[in-house]
Amino acid sequence: MASFKLGRMVMRSLFKKPATLMYPVIQREWQERTRGHIENEIDECIFCGICQKKCPANALTVDKISKSWTIARMQCIQCSCCIEVCPKKCLKNMNIYTSPSTEKVVDRYVGSPQESKPVPKAAPEEENEAVGEKVL
Amino acid sequence: MGKRTIIPFGPQHPVLPEPVHLDLVIEDEKVIEAIPSIGFIHRGLEKLVEKKEYTELVYVIERICGICSFGHGWGYCHAVESLMNIEIPERANYLRTIWHELSRMHSHMLWLGLLADGFGFESLFMHCWRLREKVLDLFEKTTGGRVIFSVCKVGGVRKDIDKADLKEIVNVTRGMEKEFRELADTFMKDYSVKNRLAGIGVLSKEDALELCTVGPMARASGVYLDMRLTGHGVYDKLGFEPCIETAGDCYARCIVRIREIYQSIDLISKAAEMIPDGEIAVPVKGNLPKGEFIARLEQPRGECFYYAKGADSKFLERFRVRTPTNINLPALVKILQGCDLADVPMLILTIDPCISCTER
Ligand code: SF4
Ligand code: SF4
Repeated sequence: MASFKLGRMVMRSLFKKPATLMYPVIQREWQERTRGHIENEIDECIFCGICQKKCPANALTVDKISKSWTIARMQCIQCSCCIEVCPKKCLKNMNIYTSPSTEKVVDRYVGSPQESKPVPKAAPEEENEAVGEKVL
Repeated sequence: MGKRTIIPFGPQHPVLPEPVHLDLVIEDEKVIEAIPSIGFIHRGLEKLVEKKEYTELVYVIERICGICSFGHGWGYCHAVESLMNIEIPERANYLRTIWHELSRMHSHMLWLGLLADGFGFESLFMHCWRLREKVLDLFEKTTGGRVIFSVCKVGGVRKDIDKADLKEIVNVTRGMEKEFRELADTFMKDYSVKNRLAGIGVLSKEDALELCTVGPMARASGVYLDMRLTGHGVYDKLGFEPCIETAGDCYARCIVRIREIYQSIDLISKAAEMIPDGEIAVPVKGNLPKGEFIARLEQPRGECFYYAKGADSKFLERFRVRTPTNINLPALVKILQGCDLADVPMLILTIDPCISCTER
């Protein structure tokens, strides 16, 4: 008897659209809260190093002198701990995953050199290409 | 009397993705003795307490296991909160309970699927996992992760579930209940499934007590034991009663888990109804963890035990987890004695082993 019950379910699913997505063709829709990867708005960052200290996976390296913020993508466990502790709130959680890779990707964000001047507010900020450059 | 042979089972075996190794002493297709050995995937997570501050350690502890990750996070937070005398807000307690029960649903559905796969009922396996996917989607929507949630923190939870999402959780789980009933009927009534499970691997109540079994394994042998009765979370307010079966065989263990899925759905609905408004976390400032505490929590697989020792510093001195599979292994060895070789995978599956948890 019970087998027929499952038979009904199997028959039903035969006429429904598949439960899986045809992945590379049809992309999955991520939720708003999905913890995909971390981005840094590098111009806001003050390179205080708190995120590096608090990261449970030791995925972050912050260098105050060269003004760089480096994240080892494969090491990061997407816990969002760094986002919580950042005093400038410059870290953001993106709900898209980084693309798959066979190598250990390391993303390096470098702050714009203008900001190293003692009076950063004086410089017109729109001019320089403020977006942090990415180095693989 | 036949000739004795030793058959190695695992650590890599098609029926079980978990690395547990058993030396089965066989005589005429009957298992005389089983000698288990574990330790293939030790990761030394407990050692990390010395390197990570107690507030960040929760993200490491959660990763002990992919299935009961929320429970591990909760157990750790509960232990540390008790060391620091932190009272967490009521809403956080409710949210934790809801997430924990969702975890139980998805863990049991995963297990049912694996069981169906174990006895070769492929379509049943697929449908169990298809249904389980809905719980994972709920997790993703409410926490941001499908497997590891990172929502539990010392002092409460990190994310709130708003009214609309709570309603969606209730609607989705209630909708699943209908579909799950069809699947459960197959497990409970199907002739071939019954044939594979009923009367196999009987563990008597006395043995269950003597071997200290926990979780669904103990409850299937008629032992009235469930850590949710001890008052963690808000289970006492939800009117929780454990599901008990008395037969003690594989079939009873399957029934207990099926009944627990229904029960979890009810608990989630009740919790979603009763959840109070308010804060979801209290700030953790001031005193540091000091002293010793043991937290006990009912994971999907049974009682889990978290020991924390604070050293009045940011780093805990010692943290230890005793996982349910660890305790259920002696019972597994017991029920393996005298069983047929063909039933061995079934027996191993019905204790719901999680070796990654066990070895941490
Ligand atoms: S905590 Fe924020 S401001 Fe400080 S280094 Fe990290 S990203 Fe920059
Ligand atoms: S998300 Fe977690 S693991 Fe990743 S960089 Fe931030 S703190 Fe480190």
